[in-house]
Amino acid sequence: MFSEWKFTAKDIAQKPDLFMSGHRACAGCAPATVLRLVLKAVRGPTIVTSVTGCMEVVSSIYPYTSWAIPWIHTAFENAGANASGIEATIKILKKKGRLKKEQIDVIAFAGDGGTFDIGIQSLSGAVERGHDFLYVLYDNEAYMNTGIQRSGGTPHGASTTTSPAGKVIPGKVQYKKPIANIMVAHDMPYVATASPHYWKDLITKARRGIEVNGPAFLHAFAPCPRGWRYDTSKSIEISRLAVETCLFPLWEAINGEYQLSAASKVIALKPEKKKPMREYLKMQRRFRHLFTPQFEKVLEEIQRTTDERWQRLLKKCGMA
Amino acid sequence: MENVVKQKVVALNGDEAVAFAAKQSDVDVVAAYPVTPQTIIVERFSEYVANGEVDTEFICVESEHSAMTSCITASATGARTFTATAAPGLALMHEMLYVASGCRTPVVMVIANRALSAPLNIHCDHSDSMGERDSGWIQMYAENSQEAYDSVIQAFRIAENPDILLPVMVCLDGFTLSHTLENVQVFPDDIVKKFVGVRPIPLVTTHEGKNVPFKLDTENPMSMGPIALQDYYFEFKRQQEEAMKNTPKIIQQVHEEYARMSGRRYGDGMLESYRLDDAEISIICLGSTAGTVKTVVDELRAEGVRVGLLRIRTFRPLPVEGIVRALKNVKAVAVMDRSMSFGGHGGPVFHEVRHVFYDASTHPYLVNYIYGLGGRDTSPSQIRRIFEDLQRILQTQESGELIRYVGLRG
Repeated sequence: MFSEWKFTAKDIAQKPDLFMSGHRACAGCAPATVLRLVLKAVRGPTIVTSVTGCMEVVSSIYPYTSWAIPWIHTAFENAGANASGIEATIKILKKKGRLKKEQIDVIAFAGDGGTFDIGIQSLSGAVERGHDFLYVLYDNEAYMNTGIQRSGGTPHGASTTTSPAGKVIPGKVQYKKPIANIMVAHDMPYVATASPHYWKDLITKARRGIEVNGPAFLHAFAPCPRGWRYDTSKSIEISRLAVETCLFPLWEAINGEYQLSAASKVIALKPEKKKPMREYLKMQRRFRHLFTPQFEKVLEEIQRTTDERWQRLLKKCGMA
Repeated sequence: MENVVKQKVVALNGDEAVAFAAKQSDVDVVAAYPVTPQTIIVERFSEYVANGEVDTEFICVESEHSAMTSCITASATGARTFTATAAPGLALMHEMLYVASGCRTPVVMVIANRALSAPLNIHCDHSDSMGERDSGWIQMYAENSQEAYDSVIQAFRIAENPDILLPVMVCLDGFTLSHTLENVQVFPDDIVKKFVGVRPIPLVTTHEGKNVPFKLDTENPMSMGPIALQDYYFEFKRQQEEAMKNTPKIIQQVHEEYARMSGRRYGDGMLESYRLDDAEISIICLGSTAGTVKTVVDELRAEGVRVGLLRIRTFRPLPVEGIVRALKNVKAVAVMDRSMSFGGHGGPVFHEVRHVFYDASTHPYLVNYIYGLGGRDTSPSQIRRIFEDLQRILQTQESGELIRYVGLRG
């Protein structure tokens, strides 16, 4: 199903950047790292589309661009439809002999707002229709571009500007939507989660998503220092902790069959390696209010739901 | 020199005529979502795809927003693209219509005109397309199914012209045209294919001075649909207006070239004057109502009344000088609007026609008739009463009530 593409750190370093420096992302921006890593995985001619969001506005302020690859943005809620139009055109123009390239891949980038919330219809439609493209969700867990408003991807207890930690309400009341599972439920050929700390895993999965025939969905965890309120040097550490706490386990579902990826498999086999959620939460000031006597129970609740979701995943992977 | 091509007469309703025109125009990508009264267009096209009669990627999308989105990115990737919709679907597309014109993607779209909710109504009026007046699209209104067929074929040539690169909306009245069987003359496939040709992709000069095709091209990476702020956005918009200024000439040229092949003319392609030469009073309208007006004009002419009709075929671009010229000898004009601009002192067509005459040297009486909302039928006798009103205005030299309603309950 997948090629035997192998690469070293040196190969990746030497491969030209298609998402180039000079963009205006904040210091410590993990979504920018995700984009850069994903584009290291391309196998040939590729067309990219982004929806409105952080990564679009930092990369395309006219007359500058960070995209060394054909790229289009149209709106916020339509990554799936953007990719559909491009993919359909490649198919028909190849058939009619007006496009000579043998293979042109299509990648769509969208944030959590553009995926969990406003763009889910377009995504679901494109996947149902079976277009051949890789959809990359860079999940920084809120509408960061417009100033940290909560999304369906914002976790329980996080303080955002539209789910602020108040005197009576401890940040976001609702839970994070299990978007990757929702995508697996589409019976699509390839769904995976990735985290930039595990860069090799991320690039490998991006490549698999590109290679697979039909739609592929990559859910990339993407910490945001501004929105999550932590020091800009900690993005990669946090992206590791999210995996080590089993808050954001790494897995693939190939034709609906779940399997844990190495970093999470280690924890499944040696549960003592699993780190407590407190360790992850205390690094980020969006959860600061939870470390008070008033809201302490929310901490326990977060630990409990994280454990439950992890157990459910282990069952799906046949490791419970 | 007329060189009319032999055509076949087939019985088609407006939707079928449109679908057939799109089929013959060798469209690369169709992305569409069914909505009454446009449904038949999507159904017929699906049949063409199912029977292998078209070389088209048909994306049967999950919403009109996605229909327009996919048309935009397909067009940006180099495809000839087509879609169709009606009121609720057009409203859902609203955001993307501006993106289509702003990205300079020459999408062709047919609107089967329908009233907007609420209350829910599936029948014809023009409130849907009038709501998109300022979206940067060329807007053409067809009088009958024949013209809908002809206009769709012409629209590709207009939209894709490198001096234009703007999307085109061809509007036909829902049900009145979309669902009514008519005799339509159609060309053989090869004639249409030759007329529309393969979509030309113009070259643009990069900041490095290199000429590259204006599309998403893996050989020449280009960023399309960027963010442009206070320092550049305004220039983009002004360029769209410059492109719009190029349209009258091209619309007329394409119309003329087509007319020589078809033997059918719709005025100069933008405005159609009917028995206006020595007319004292006239109606201005869009779409299928013109057919009813023409009948009444003929009747009144037979009675010796000097009446005429001016039909606006392209509402965008608005044929400003043409309207003044066509009506230069007319003394009283009834402007018919099949939509409303609430609180706006008359309907949109009335606004524009009044505005056109501000700087003109002639100033006929201008009154507004709002009619046919939600598909209400407008009869020849009602049209006759409008002409009688105009005669009264001439006799009394008083325009009276400026905004009037046709066939409305007390």
